[in-house]
Amino acid sequence: MSDFEPKIITFCCNYCSYVAADTAGTRKEHYPANVELLRLPCSGKVDILYILEAFNKGVDGVLVTGCRKEQCHFMEGNYKAEAKVMFLKDILDEIGFGGNRLHVQFMSAGEPDEFVRAVTDMTARIKELGPNPVENKK
Amino acid sequence: MGENTPIGSVLIVGGGIAGIQSALDLAESGFYVYLVEEGPSIGGVMAQLDKTFPTNDCSLCILSPKLVECGRHLNVKNITYSEIIGFEGTPGNFKVKIRKKPRYVDLEKCVGCGICAQKCPVKVDDNYNEKLAKRRAIYVEYPQAVPLCYAIDAEHCLKITKGKCGVCQKLCKSGAIDYEAKEEIIEIEVGAVLLTPGLEKFKNNPYIGFDNVVSSIQFERILSASGPFKGHVERPSDGKSPEKIAFLQCVGSRDVSIEHGYCSSVCCMYAIKEAIIAKEHAHHLKPTIFYMDIRAFGKGFESYYERAKNEYGINFRRSKVVQIEEDIETKDIIIRCVDENGNQVKERFELVIMSVGLEPTKTSKRIKDVFGISLEKYGFAQTNSSSPLTTSRPGVFVSGAFSQPKDIPETVVQSSGAVSAAAEILGGARGSLTKEKKYPDELNIFGDPPRIGVFICHCGINIGSVVDVPSVVEHVKTLPNVYFASESLYTCATDTQNQIKEAIVEHKLNRFVVAACSPRTHEPLFQETLREAGLNKYLFEMANIRDQCSWVHMQDPEGATEKAKDLASMAISKARRLFSLTPHSLGVTSKGLVIGGGIAGLNSAYSLAEQGFEVALVEREEVLGGQANEIHFTLDNNSPKKYLDELIKNVENHPKISVCKKTQIKNIEGFVGNFKTTLNNCKGEISYEHGAVIVATGACEYEPNEYLYGKDPKVITQRKLEKKLTEENWQFTSNKEKSSIVMIQCVGSREKERPNCSRICCSQAIKNALRVKELNPYTDVYILYRDIRTYGFREEYYRLAREKGIIFIQYDASKKPLVEYDDEYNINVKVRDPIINQEISLISDLVVLSVGIKPYENKNIAKMLKVPLTLDGFFLEAHVKLRPVEFSTEGVFVAGLAHSPKFIDESISQGKAASAKAASLLSKDHISADGTISTVDIDRCTSCGSCINLCAYNAIEIKIVNERTGKKSAQINEALCKGCGACSANCRCNAIDVCGTTAEQIYEAVCAFK
Repeated sequence: MSDFEPKIITFCCNYCSYVAADTAGTRKEHYPANVELLRLPCSGKVDILYILEAFNKGVDGVLVTGCRKEQCHFMEGNYKAEAKVMFLKDILDEIGFGGNRLHVQFMSAGEPDEFVRAVTDMTARIKELGPNPVENKK
Repeated sequence: MGENTPIGSVLIVGGGIAGIQSALDLAESGFYVYLVEEGPSIGGVMAQLDKTFPTNDCSLCILSPKLVECGRHLNVKNITYSEIIGFEGTPGNFKVKIRKKPRYVDLEKCVGCGICAQKCPVKVDDNYNEKLAKRRAIYVEYPQAVPLCYAIDAEHCLKITKGKCGVCQKLCKSGAIDYEAKEEIIEIEVGAVLLTPGLEKFKNNPYIGFDNVVSSIQFERILSASGPFKGHVERPSDGKSPEKIAFLQCVGSRDVSIEHGYCSSVCCMYAIKEAIIAKEHAHHLKPTIFYMDIRAFGKGFESYYERAKNEYGINFRRSKVVQIEEDIETKDIIIRCVDENGNQVKERFELVIMSVGLEPTKTSKRIKDVFGISLEKYGFAQTNSSSPLTTSRPGVFVSGAFSQPKDIPETVVQSSGAVSAAAEILGGARGSLTKEKKYPDELNIFGDPPRIGVFICHCGINIGSVVDVPSVVEHVKTLPNVYFASESLYTCATDTQNQIKEAIVEHKLNRFVVAACSPRTHEPLFQETLREAGLNKYLFEMANIRDQCSWVHMQDPEGATEKAKDLASMAISKARRLFSLTPHSLGVTSKGLVIGGGIAGLNSAYSLAEQGFEVALVEREEVLGGQANEIHFTLDNNSPKKYLDELIKNVENHPKISVCKKTQIKNIEGFVGNFKTTLNNCKGEISYEHGAVIVATGACEYEPNEYLYGKDPKVITQRKLEKKLTEENWQFTSNKEKSSIVMIQCVGSREKERPNCSRICCSQAIKNALRVKELNPYTDVYILYRDIRTYGFREEYYRLAREKGIIFIQYDASKKPLVEYDDEYNINVKVRDPIINQEISLISDLVVLSVGIKPYENKNIAKMLKVPLTLDGFFLEAHVKLRPVEFSTEGVFVAGLAHSPKFIDESISQGKAASAKAASLLSKDHISADGTISTVDIDRCTSCGSCINLCAYNAIEIKIVNERTGKKSAQINEALCKGCGACSANCRCNAIDVCGTTAEQIYEAVCAFK
């Protein structure tokens, strides 16, 4: 499936990854255009339901990005996000959907390279996994 | 008003970034501002720049919101096309006479439509584009100009010069044009004056006659998307895209033969920036920079320089250019230069850029006469290192490039600092002349079906050259609830703000979406526009189709266009679910806390106290003064001791300052306007409530372990030498007739572990070397350096040092000097001399290491205040260019060495700048906090209490909400909630959510992603 272009949603923390993504822009870095960003106040705002809703709608991969450990603007939202993602990955594996379609990545506002690497790797990973297997996508 | 009450308004002369920054700071802290600008619009040189280093932010994009704010601020009166002709009075009470030149276009009537300029038959050299393009005789300087009002160039207008034509008057629908307009004299009264007239670019460039030799500022315009070549790198002679381009540094700088003996401080960095940007525009370019020293001394500059070399492959050549000539046939430029090894070489380039220096403004003589201030020998305003913002006339202050060539961040720092200086004398008059902004009543949109308006921005060509903007507009027009969609060249420009307001009224819109750049920089601007149109500011949403789309998908225009459509659709879908929010009001404890009692902290505390606020100054050591205690004399041979002692005395005796020495910060809690800090000292714990925090914790000297330091007493640091030099009869050798000192630069700076330049060490070495020569002219002094970074007027001392016979030997980072013992146990310094291309050996009686500046362990305070640090451990401000003393955490500011290495005068300015920002906050009785906090749906809440444990801020409580039924529910403390959403993401009943990013809004956005 070489011509498969996955659709990926990246949940971004307003204080780190969103800034990193902006800086990647200022530096004119490149990453695949099929990655869309959704800005949240904190990665801790990510609800398992948002991720499931995205998969249900046919999104092929979800990337949750937050601040580096110990650097969360809101103390520990990133830990909460990680816990939820790990929990959901297990469930997705269990139901046969594949936990690999979901990924969590931490970075600081000053690491645009990390952002570019995360979304590029994510795209490559999802390309390998193929399209979202959900039938009757809404 | 009584005789002695100062007048609560300030005159600012010059509308560049310095004047704009001062105007906004003053107006925000309760003073009325008259901003007088010679030209037809504000913006200054920064408006001409394409990008800014070291972040490569688009210059106009970050300036434009400030222009717009300045243009529409109720307490800033912009007086453009005007000059000061009379000035008299005393501090607190000045009278100013202003001549308003005729503009021939009525400011009130002109709508900036531009039809006049389209039809004007006269073409004139366009100074904004540095004569690389033409403009008409009726013109605005640039599309985002403020005020966006045309002006007639009386020198060239046919109607005014010859009485013919008159086309523009016939075409102007607003009837704004009046050829008979006369100059006007107005008189105003102000309490203080800030002089910010800026700079001039060096013009007497001997090679400018060659077609393919351009000045750096011309090249800046060439690179700009709105410039003469639309951002394509072309050479002026034939429009061909060049491959080999060269930058020649120090044109009009560091040259006594043309009376420009100073360094212009900015040219090295802008040349590197222009080379990088040019290479981004055209990958095949091969830029070479011919330089004497690369002066990358600012925060983060050295890493930028390294990236230019290593990532972008820009060729840096340390070499003196002897001559340049033009190949008459090809119009190529041939550069003859002497390379590092003394050989003459010849090289051909297709385009040559002259990195022109900065000169004092051409109005400096007139300013001197009108205001009665002194100028230094080159014509810059005279200041001194302990009062960098004060002119020779009391009540008249200076900031920016008018006192010395400087970069934008330093200019912005000084501008805020000058605001403090002015406020110190006008403190009592704060708020006496300002007006409060009245917004129209907010429309109640509750229950109304969404009617969404959309603007898709071209951002010059930043977006438009990659994303097919018209097709995005067509796409969004098909989406439900969209009643207005349009494109614009620059959505942030003033005229677009008016279009947004008009669209809201005309189409009865109740939500607005802009797809443009990043909401981080521009959301507040558009939200303000919505408020002015009577809409709640939270009914706005932004799609980031530049930073996160066009800029990162340049090689995939189709993908980028699709993504832009998706991003716009997602924003529109979210907008459908937006609702009005009421920001809650917070009280402000009008006291300040300053952490650190060095030069910066002392200045911050003193300035805040002088402006009438109570301050606690916390110092961990037993004495105040910090690093300045170790400085015995300065480069200009002043003693900072006297200044410091007086400052400490003033601070300790000030009734409004409580000084807490030997005190630690144990804990800081709270938020903007309402902090609560626990201090800890030998007397126990003290709790202190305050509204703002200034972090001035300083930095320390790097402790070397190289070059035999610590192993041999004859290897010492510069600071040790400085102390010894002040001791009477100090001798480092018994042989008075023949002795030698070797100084080694960049010890612990510009290294892998500490990549940045420590800024002060070059000047420090020269200062000590000169003193050594003064004490004993027979001592040989060698300075082994990588680049000598004596920027600004410090360059004079570098020249003086060479005249005095101090020997400078350049070494390369890859071939560092070796410090060893010879057979007779003498210290021997071996270094390769590039001029003779041989290793030489210097027997030295003393080796002095110029060690860098190292940050303290700042993690603890950073964590308590929730502010970031740079990779090397200094505090990281909100924006390196335009917000150099603020953090993104509100109410917290930074100054001095804690921010980055700097000189005393720079710490003074920054200390004052931080206090200006803090004073602006503390002068308010209340501030309105963001409305984007959590809210609870009482009917859904089962009062399970799981959110209480999740909240990191103790903002949630379970309370009885209905006395009759006894119903309990979670309740949010609005002052404590930060809106992070941790509670909402885990609520099993969906009862709690964050306003502005609700689950419903996120679902809508996710669903819009096709």
